[in-house]
This record gives sequence, C-alpha cells and structure tokens, in this order.
Amino acid sequence: MNAQLQPTGSAYFISKETERPEHHTLSVLVDNEPGVLARVIGLFSGRGYNIESLTVSETEHERHLSRITIVTNGTPHVLEQIKHQLERIVPVHRVVDLSVRAAELGQERPLARELALVKVSGTGDSRVEALRLAGAFRANVIDANTEHFIFEITGKVSKIEQFIAIMKPLGLVEVCRTGVAAMNRGPQGM
Amino acid sequence: MSNGQNETGRREMTGAEMVVQALKDNGVKHIFGYPGGAVLPIYDELFQQEEVEHILVRHEQGAGHAAEGYARSTGKAGVMLVTSGPGATNAVTPLQDALMDSIPLVCITGQVPTTLIGSDGFQECDTVGITRPCTKHNWLVKDVNDLARVLHEAFHVATTGRPGPVVVDVPKDVQFAKGIYTPPQTSPRTSYHPKVQGDLNQIKEAVDLLAAAKRPIIYSGGGVINSGLEASHLLRELVELTGAPITSTLMGLGAYPASGKNWIGMLGMHGSYEANMAMHDCDVMLCVGARFDDRITGRLNAFSPNSRKIHIDIDPSSINKNVRVDVPIVGDVGHVLEDMVRLWRATAKTDKKALHPWWEQIARWRARDSFAYTQNADIIMPQYAIERLYELTKGHDTYITTEVGQHQMWAAQHFHFDQPHRWMTSGGLGTMGYGLPAALGVQIAHPDALVIDIAGDASVQMTIQEMSAAVQHNAPIKIFILNNQYMGMVRQWQQLLHGNRLSHSYTEAMPDFVLMAQAYGCHGIRCEKPGELDDAIKEMIEVKKPVIFDCRVAALANCFPMIPSGKAHNEMLLPDEATDEAVANAIDAKGRELV
Repeated sequence: MNAQLQPTGSAYFISKETERPEHHTLSVLVDNEPGVLARVIGLFSGRGYNIESLTVSETEHERHLSRITIVTNGTPHVLEQIKHQLERIVPVHRVVDLSVRAAELGQERPLARELALVKVSGTGDSRVEALRLAGAFRANVIDANTEHFIFEITGKVSKIEQFIAIMKPLGLVEVCRTGVAAMNRGPQGM
Repeated sequence: MSNGQNETGRREMTGAEMVVQALKDNGVKHIFGYPGGAVLPIYDELFQQEEVEHILVRHEQGAGHAAEGYARSTGKAGVMLVTSGPGATNAVTPLQDALMDSIPLVCITGQVPTTLIGSDGFQECDTVGITRPCTKHNWLVKDVNDLARVLHEAFHVATTGRPGPVVVDVPKDVQFAKGIYTPPQTSPRTSYHPKVQGDLNQIKEAVDLLAAAKRPIIYSGGGVINSGLEASHLLRELVELTGAPITSTLMGLGAYPASGKNWIGMLGMHGSYEANMAMHDCDVMLCVGARFDDRITGRLNAFSPNSRKIHIDIDPSSINKNVRVDVPIVGDVGHVLEDMVRLWRATAKTDKKALHPWWEQIARWRARDSFAYTQNADIIMPQYAIERLYELTKGHDTYITTEVGQHQMWAAQHFHFDQPHRWMTSGGLGTMGYGLPAALGVQIAHPDALVIDIAGDASVQMTIQEMSAAVQHNAPIKIFILNNQYMGMVRQWQQLLHGNRLSHSYTEAMPDFVLMAQAYGCHGIRCEKPGELDDAIKEMIEVKKPVIFDCRVAALANCFPMIPSGKAHNEMLLPDEATDEAVANAIDAKGRELV
C-alpha cells in the first residue's frame, strides 16, 4: 500500500533508490515564445532529472507551436513526476510519454530517428574504405574534395553511433548530431 | 487619457498608465513597493491617482512578504512593485516563499530599456532568468501592445489553479511607449487550464473507503485555505458527517477550528502525539490539499504503513510525489469536497459507534499531554507566553504571523485558530524574517484588526527595518519577540545531532529592543517575569501604535514533542522523556554513521 518512493528527506538518513531506471522519449508541445526552452531544461536541471537527447523546432507555424522531443531516463516514479512537472509549465500544451504510449499500442518502442553530419578526412585506402562503408550505411556524401568527405546519415541512434565508431580510425574530424526526432507508429497523432 | 477610447475599453495610453490601469481593473487596492530608476514612470502614474494605495517598504524583501501576508489574510492576490537589478534580486526570497506555500503574488519589476538589455547596464539583471525557477510563470514585455494582456494573464495565472507568484518585467522604454490598452478577458491563453472538478468515480471510491473505515483520519493542508472560505465550511461538514478525527499541517491551521470536537492538533515533526500516532495507525487517510512534505511524514518507509490513502490536490504533480496513494483526486478542494459531502449524504450512513474504539485510543494518546511543559515561577516559559497571548487576545479580531524557528512551532502548538486566513507563516521555505513584513501586509488589509507577529530574537532582526514602514503607514502591528538570545531551533538540532557543539547559534550582542522601538517611533515593552506578563500583554494590545515586545523567555527551552529527523510518526520524542541523555541519543548509531 505504501511503497517507499524516495529517500527520507533527511540528509542524515540517505537510503538507496530500489526501482530500476528506464529510458523514455517524451514529446512536449509548447507555445513558441521566448524562454520556453529555458523553462523546460531548467526544470530538468533544477529537479535533478536527466536529458540524454533534446530536439526542438517550431512544428505548427500558424499556432506558433513548437515540439520538443526529450530522451530521458529515470525510475517509473521519476518519469511520472517529470511528465506532471512539465505539464505545470504555463506555455506547455501537452506532454506525451511516447514510450508509454507505444506500450499501450502494443509496440516495443516509438519510432526514433536522428540525423548526423560526419566529416572524415584522409587519402588513399582509408578514404576508399570510408566511402565504401558510407555506402553500406546509406550515408550520403554532401561535401567532398580530394582530402575529405562530409557524410549525411539518418537513422536510429544505434546506427549513427556505429557509423561514427567505424569512421573513427578512418580519419574522423568532427560530428554534428540533431538529437532524436520521435513519434508513435499508427494513424493517431500525439 | 480619454482619447481613442471605444466601447470595449480599448484605448491608447503609455505602458506606465497601463500598469496602473491593469491594477485597477484587477481589483487591486494596495500594492507594496520600493521605487528606483527603472520604475520611475510607473511611480509617476501612481502619484497621479488615488484608487491604488502604495505602501512604501524599506527593503524589497519586505514588500514581498507584506504582499504575501496581504494575500494570505484576504484570499486575494498580493502585489509588489520593485525596480530592476537589486530590486528584483531582493524579491527572490519572497517569490520562492510564495511558490512553496502556493500564495498568489504578482510582482512587477522595472527593467533597463530594451535597447540596453544584455549590455550589463546599470542596475540590470536577467530578471526573468533569475526568477524563472521561483515563479509559477514570468514574462519580459518588450512591446507595449502586449503589456495589458500580459498583466491580466499574470493575475489570472497567479490566482487560479494552484496559486503562486508571477513576475512581469517591464523595460523602462516600454513604460514610456504608447500602445493600445485592452481590458481583462476570461481565460486568456490556450495552454493553461487547471482542472478544478474531481473525477466522480474516484470521489465515489473515496466516500466508500471512508464510510467503511474503522480508524479514519482526515489530514488537511494549506490547499483548503487557498480554495476559499467555502472549502473550510465543507471540510467542517465532512468531518461532522464522517465523525473522523482531523489533523492539519502547519499551513492548514484554522480551516477546521481548534475548538472543534474532532480536532486532534497539528501533525508532523512538532505536531501532537495523538495526531502523529493516529496518522501512523489509521486504516483510511484522507489528505485534503496537503502535499506529504518531509516535515509531515517523518521516515517515508514507516509512514502510515497500514492505511489506504486518498489524496485531493489541484496539482497533479503533488500526487504520488512523496507517498503513493490509492485514490488520487485531482481537482480544487472546494469542488471535490462539495461532491464528497453530497455523495456521502446520498449514499453513506454515518456509524459513529463503529469509531468508538478509535476515539478511545486517541483519547489515550491525548492523555500523554504531549505539549506539556514545566512551569517556572521566576522565568517566563516560551509556551506560557504564547498561552497567555492566546487567552488575552481571544476577544479580539486577531491575526497571527510568525517568523521561523522554535517560536513558530510553539505558536502553532499553543495558539489556537478557529478561522482560516488568521495564521500567516512561512511553511515551505522556512523564511526567517517573514513575519514582521507579513504582519504589515495583514494590517494594511485589516486596519482595525489586532495583528501580532510572534517572533524570535534572531528572525526578527532579518527584516526589523520594516517597523519604519509600519510607523509611516499607521499600521499598529505588534511584534511579540520570544527572546532567548539563541537561534533556538538551530541550537536544538546541534544538541540532537552535533554533540551539543553550539556552533554560532548564540547571539552575543543583542540590541535593546525597547530602545530600538523608540528609535523607530514605536512603543517598546520588556517583560522578564511571569507575574508581569499579563499586564504587559494587555498594554501591548491597548497601545494604538506599532509595538516591539521584548519577552525574555527561558533561554534553553526546547521544542517538544519532536519526531527526530529520519524517525517514524510513532517514534516521537515526548517532552517528559526528553532528558539530556535522551536528546543526545535521539538519533541512533546507524543514523550517526550517515551524518
């Protein structure tokens, strides 16, 4: 009936959290107004929540609505708190835990994709190998001269991680990633 | 400015005029503030009208706490007006205080002109950045045509849902600029609509649970006060219908009368033994507008282990935050209680006989007399001072504010409240220095009432300068200082947890409070003997000007009963058991390792 959810609130008695943390993806629909992103990320830092990935852009221009996608981790209790705390922010319209929604829909996880730009420099064999692997990963060449490529790659986070790891010994110079864009499968909106 | 006015109330005016007009249109009669460069145009407008009265404080923190006291004692929004930079940063403490205690507070700050923002201008600070985490919402208004809408929205957000503080930051050029003023509209924005009606199925389940309970308890909080007078009436009705014992948090005192027959005293760290034991042993708990704060629950994994819990709260994030509940009801306390009372009348039968064994058990706990103390013929015991203050102010229209510390807990234990809105204290943030300016705010709202700040000698010195504001505005507030020369609660914790090493909790140089009163133009009273206390208190009540009352009390008295940090409700340290040895060993060895 009365599960312990948090430590005692006393610094004199610190007890350990017993629930296991999970990774969840949240979609947050907000008014696109000054400071709104600061409110969201300030909430995360102020209450000690984690942000693994953050993506934000205006998605409905006529209503000035932005969609923020946050990948976070925490125990189920903390994740529930994060959702409710986000909902308290005045310019927040809706918060949907895409991972919970996916489970409700009988799906393993929400669709999540990321885009990365990967700059690789080199000549000779490593250059050829980089281009060959990029083809295997369906990465596009968007800039090149005789000494470098810039690849554009889109896909699951794990695929991008893998691509970057493979490019490392082949002359990886820099990486820019967008963070995760996500939505649930099926015909319904968030 | 009458030019350009049309039938909808839209008309052209300057930003500064808009601020004053918006105050009037939102029913504001008093504001608390302090002028400065970045708010001069607004002050100029205030000067040229008489509808809104400005109370000049001596420090912006005082303006904030005064506005909080005003809000808590009236149920209306408190309003403060301060300048940019230090004016805004000084407002941070009352903003956070209001956030934690859910007090509607509208703070208007001046800002450097928009062209200077970001240039590290004189008296510039990032006000919306600094106040973002300590407000419910805040705005920087860069276009004068947004100003009226934002101001109305600020009042709406501050006073609806779970009330809280808001900040509207107005650059000086926006105050000078002319634009179109629009009158208040209902429901101004789409993303904000707090849920006030509770789910009827959940309410039904709650009524069924309560009706079947053998050992029920109702635990109410500040949310009942915030919801308005009707919520307090409904709470009383529900208590009467259910026959259940009722306890309250510090913030909720007065919602159910202390003279009511089902009242079992405040709960929590310094609550009554019977309230805490009943919380621990109950089978159904109804939490009404409270939030399971750590001062209330004690050790969480031992908190009321065998009860089914019902939680009514307007803020969904309060539900299951600290304690998992069985029946959550999101909604305004007043609306939910109305449904509960109606459903109870329609479906549930009150079987008060079934509660007899429970009440007999409570009577046995009550017989422990947990607020007892040892009387002394030569020295004033602090508890005795509060008792006498309570007895001698009974016939008056009395409002009490407090600072933070032992005196606050003694006031909660020994001063009894029969009405809501009579008790103003800093519960969540625990702000020393709250009570004196809060008393000023209460007195401005209730000019003929008897307003007393029960203070400690340490706390009161944090905002004592507001005595000057009280004198200026003919606010005859009474500052009743329980003077023991210690930061008593700090010392108590040092005794409990830090081997009685009293590190910097003793004030060696104490001002002469009577001379200080005279210096401010107030009346000063000192009392050192129990036998002289009644006459001195009567003198304080009768004097028609601000009073500083230096009540010299037993220096080493401690506040009991107490749930030592990290202990459970049924592990209270009672006054007659609190020997030096018991105090020193209140926290066990396992706890000590973790210190």
